[in-house]
Amino acid sequence: MTIDILLQTLASGVLIGLIYALVAIGLTMIFGVMDIVNFAHGEFLMLGMYSSFWLFALFALDPMVTLPLTVLMLGAFGMLLYRLVIRRIINAPMLSQIFTTFGLMILLRGVAQFLWKPDFRSVENSWVSGGINIVGIQLGRPQLVAGLGAVAITLMVHGFLTRTKLGAALEATAADKEAAQLMGIDSHRMFTWAWGIGAACAGAAGGLLATFFPIFPEVGANFILIAFVVVNLGGFGSVTGAFWAGILVGVIEVMGGLLLGPEYKMAVVLVLFLAVLMFRPQGLMGKA
Amino acid sequence: MKSIGIKHALSAAIVLALLLVPVFIKSPSHLNLAILVLMAAQLGVAWNLLGGYAGQVSLGHAAFYGLGAYTSTLLLMNFGINPWLGTLAGGLLAALLSLGFGWSCFRLKGHYFAMATIAVAEIVQIVFTNWEYAGSAVGLTIPMTHRGWGAMVFADKAPYYWLALGLLTLTLGTTWAVERSHIGYYLRAIKDEPDAARSIGINIARYKQIALSLSAFFTAAGGSLYAQKELYIDPGSVLSTALSIKMALVSILGGVGTLFGPVVGSVVLTTIEELTRSLFGGSGRGTDTIIYAALIVGIAVFYPSGLLGGYRQWRDRRAQRQAKRDAPAAPQHAAVRHATEKAAS
Repeated sequence: MTIDILLQTLASGVLIGLIYALVAIGLTMIFGVMDIVNFAHGEFLMLGMYSSFWLFALFALDPMVTLPLTVLMLGAFGMLLYRLVIRRIINAPMLSQIFTTFGLMILLRGVAQFLWKPDFRSVENSWVSGGINIVGIQLGRPQLVAGLGAVAITLMVHGFLTRTKLGAALEATAADKEAAQLMGIDSHRMFTWAWGIGAACAGAAGGLLATFFPIFPEVGANFILIAFVVVNLGGFGSVTGAFWAGILVGVIEVMGGLLLGPEYKMAVVLVLFLAVLMFRPQGLMGKA
Repeated sequence: MKSIGIKHALSAAIVLALLLVPVFIKSPSHLNLAILVLMAAQLGVAWNLLGGYAGQVSLGHAAFYGLGAYTSTLLLMNFGINPWLGTLAGGLLAALLSLGFGWSCFRLKGHYFAMATIAVAEIVQIVFTNWEYAGSAVGLTIPMTHRGWGAMVFADKAPYYWLALGLLTLTLGTTWAVERSHIGYYLRAIKDEPDAARSIGINIARYKQIALSLSAFFTAAGGSLYAQKELYIDPGSVLSTALSIKMALVSILGGVGTLFGPVVGSVVLTTIEELTRSLFGGSGRGTDTIIYAALIVGIAVFYPSGLLGGYRQWRDRRAQRQAKRDAPAAPQHAAVRHATEKAAS
């Protein structure tokens, strides 16, 4: 194995890891604020991809141009989903919560298949297609742009949480719902925001992926398990943790693929996941 | 005494009716539906032992199912071992491997446990998909060289119906025995008040493990039965996440932690699933999936305690209303009685 291949693999691992981080940040936010695991999170990503695809196919708008629109649409969809469905199960037993979001996952896949058929689709010749050579490492431009876009959005979410009043209110609700309520923070409003921002992050990841990843109704399945792994590694509810864990998982995945063959790369990630769950349940970066 | 006699007579009549189903239902597709209902019910009852009674939500039970199916099939194909023994071997192997599953996952709570079980099942699926000895992604086909009860292979559907009914009865019987034994009481204590259970000296890990091992054994036996019925298995059909979900779903739909809940759940869910598949499945547009998923969400949101639980709540509410209607009269009676007693003394 030459050093070139190793470096190239590492770089592509980091880039896909940044996307994983973005998906996981949305998931960890929903979990952190309201203690519900959203199995339908990969479907937000899928809807984001389709939004990019259709805006491109119907109006010839580039996914990079329509990214803000995709983010807004998914954000609105997440809020709507909270208001219509999730609001009803906040105090339900864990089993009903799991099965509500699980059912939504299957439902959204079914609806996508109904509306857009199970075909694989792709965005051809977007602004970012082609490759780029950085000090001898070959990288796809779409992957590079997607990775950088994911960093930018993660920074925006982080800034929002740490520097705005609404962000502080969200963090307060995540830390202690009752105490936050006593301070006049409306939990339902916070939950609505968490679902909106969570879905928007996944939608953004979908929009960024649309330039180089096949688009089909079940595409979310590729990302949801990895997002769970990232959320656990980073510590449930931690945005910064999810960011670094995303990169780590991306690198481990491609390295596992390189060493054991691509068919085992997911197994490597899952074994790591179980090991962390067992020995460091607070996540790699969480405090004991 | 008399009501117990009636109860027994009724149970006997139901059992007899169930046994005679293949005699009256001649249509293979209807009989197949009945078999599917029984098989899904059996898996739900087995899942319920761990998920319902011990309160440990597993979303990876397909791993045990696949272990059972692959063990009996590989033993039969490579060593000519009888499927009856193979089923037993698969069940025992699953129960044995469940020790590792329990050791690694039981220290996790709630969501974490559920997610770990998904990961374990996913790893098992990846291993079998790439394991050449086990047919890789192509799967294994059981040859139809021997037929009859000894070989557990039949050209006709009726024997599979009786096998599924027998396995369901065995699983129900075991659950019933567990429910009534001290294990059942300990499990309920562990589920509802884990800290209190620990403080009175219940070995929590041990009783959770007993529930898991029994659950794994019967789930694997269900897998072996599936392999013998379909005569073909692959990772997609016996190790998929969808299968794990279905096992949990029939229990939740019927009512977790109740003996017959999963049976009720399976009757409703399997029927709806097969009906929508035959009505809308041909379109290839996922209409059947949409109906199935909408049902899952609807049940989870509106009937969190399942159909049996919902029925019990409705019955209790009605009883309460009844009691309220009768209530105003009662104090008066008491007062009158009190007064008359006083007067008498």
